[in-house]
Amino acid sequence: MRLRGRARQERRPLPAEGGLVVAAADVRKQFENHEVLRGVSFNVERGETLVIMGGSGSGKTVTLRLVAGLIRPSSGTIRVFGERIDNLGEEELLPIRRRMGYVFQGAALFDSLSVLENVAYPLREHTSLGQAEILTRVAHFLSLVGLGPDVLPLLPAELSGGMRKRVGIARALAQEPQMLLFDEPTAGLDPTNSRMVGELIVQLRGGVCDTSVVVTHDLELTKTVADRVAVLIEGRFAALGTLEAVLGTEDPAVQAFLAGEARTTA
Amino acid sequence: MDTYLRRTAMWYGGVGLLTAQVLRSLALPPKYFRLILLEMEVMGVRSLGVALVAAVFTGMVFTLQGAANMARFGAEIYVGPLTALAILRELGPVLTAILVGGKVASGITAELGSMMVTEQIDALRTLGVNFIKRLIVPRVLAALLVFPLLTVMADVLGVLGGMVIMFVERGADMWAYWNTTTYWVTPRDFLMGVGKSVFFGALVTLIGCYNGLSTSGGTEGLGRATTATVVHVTMGVIISDFFLTKLMLMIFW
Repeated sequence: MRLRGRARQERRPLPAEGGLVVAAADVRKQFENHEVLRGVSFNVERGETLVIMGGSGSGKTVTLRLVAGLIRPSSGTIRVFGERIDNLGEEELLPIRRRMGYVFQGAALFDSLSVLENVAYPLREHTSLGQAEILTRVAHFLSLVGLGPDVLPLLPAELSGGMRKRVGIARALAQEPQMLLFDEPTAGLDPTNSRMVGELIVQLRGGVCDTSVVVTHDLELTKTVADRVAVLIEGRFAALGTLEAVLGTEDPAVQAFLAGEARTTA
Repeated sequence: MDTYLRRTAMWYGGVGLLTAQVLRSLALPPKYFRLILLEMEVMGVRSLGVALVAAVFTGMVFTLQGAANMARFGAEIYVGPLTALAILRELGPVLTAILVGGKVASGITAELGSMMVTEQIDALRTLGVNFIKRLIVPRVLAALLVFPLLTVMADVLGVLGGMVIMFVERGADMWAYWNTTTYWVTPRDFLMGVGKSVFFGALVTLIGCYNGLSTSGGTEGLGRATTATVVHVTMGVIISDFFLTKLMLMIFW
C-alpha cells in the first residue's frame, strides 16, 4: 500500500542498502545553563534498530527530538536521509519529517479526535484518498498493531495505556515511514503490554519499516529489539556497539547503569 | 528586575516572530477554509450574547449619565451624538475586544497550551503538518472577520439602547434624537471604530496563540498562561487603543 498524489512525489528513495539513514556528528545541546548533550556522535544504518539507553534526564529524548528536527542542536551536524537538517527551518523540515514516524512516550494522540481520525490524520493531510480508501487503510494499520475495527469510534480517553501506545504506532505507520522513532515505548505499561510492544517493534521490521531508533531505559525491550545499543551517561555515549559488546563492556558507569536496570526489570 | 525585563522583551519578541510566521503562512490550502468557518462560529456565534448584552447596557448607562449631567448645562439635545460618537469610536470596538477577546483568547491559550503540554503540537510537526497554517492562521483570519462584525452589531445595539433610554427615561422625541445623532455622526466615526476592531481581532488572537504555544510547566503552567492571556489582552487593547486613536486622528482629522 503506497501513498499517492502530492505526498508520493515528495518521497525520495532511501540511501542504498547499508547506507546511513541518520548521521550525527559531535552534537551538543544546551538548555539555558544546562548542557544536556556533550558531543554525541552516532549513525543509524538502513535496516537496523539502534537503541539509546540511559537514565532519566540523561538526554535520550533530546537526542530523538534532534533526529526528528523538533529542536536544533547548539552545535554539531545531523544528517537524516542524506540531508543536513540541523540548519533547516520548520517549513523545509516538513517533507523530511513525512518520511519518518515518531511514537511519543505518552502517545500524543489528538484528544478531540476518534481513533479513526487520529490514524487517518496523515492520510487526510498528505493524500487525496477518498473516505472508503482511508477507512480501509486505517483498518489495515490498526490490524498491524493488533487492534480491531471496534476501536475506530473511541476517543483516546477511552483507551488503555497500551492501546493508546498502539494507536500512536498505527498513526506513525500511516505515514508509511522509512524510519520509526520510538520514545520510551514501554514506559508506563505492564509487563504483558511491554512485551507486546517489543514484539510489535520486531514484527514491523518484517517489511513495514525496517529502520528504527528506540529510546528506552528498559533492558528487556533492548534485548528484544536492538541491533546496536548506545548508553548515554552524562550527555555522552559511554558505550556504543552491539548488544553483546555493550553488555560485556568494562566501563564501570555503564556496568552500574545496566546492573541498576537489570534489577529494575528483573 | 533584570529577569522581568528579559522575560518581557522575550514575550514581545515572541509575539512579533509569531506575527511574521503568520504573515508568511497566510496562503492556506483550500481544505483549511472550513477551519476558518469553524473558528468564526466558535469566536462569533458563541460570543454574540456577551458582546451584545454589554453593548446595549453600556449604551443605556452612558445615556443615563449623559442626560442627567448634560441637562445641567442645557445641552441634553446633544446626548444622542455624544453617546453615538463614544460608542462608535471607542466603547463599541474596545469593549467588544476586551470582553470577546478575553473570552476567545483565553480559550485559545487553554486549547493550544494543553496541546503543547501533551505533545500534540509536536505530534502535528512529526506528521509533517505546518502547525502555524493548521492552528494559528485560521484563527487569525476568523478574528479579522468576526471582530468587525461583532463591533458593528455592538454599535447598533449600543446606539439603540441609548435611544430607548432617552425615550423611556427622559421622554425625548425619537425622531429628533435620531436626526441630531445622524447630523453630528459621520461614516468616518463608524469606520474608525471598525478599523480598530480589525486590529484588535488580530492582536487578541495572536496573544492567545502565543501564550498557548509558549506554555510550559504542565497543568499549573497552563493555568498561569490562561490567566496571563486575560491580563495581556486587556492591557494590550487599552494601550494599543490610545496609539491607534492618536494615529487615526493624525491621518484622518
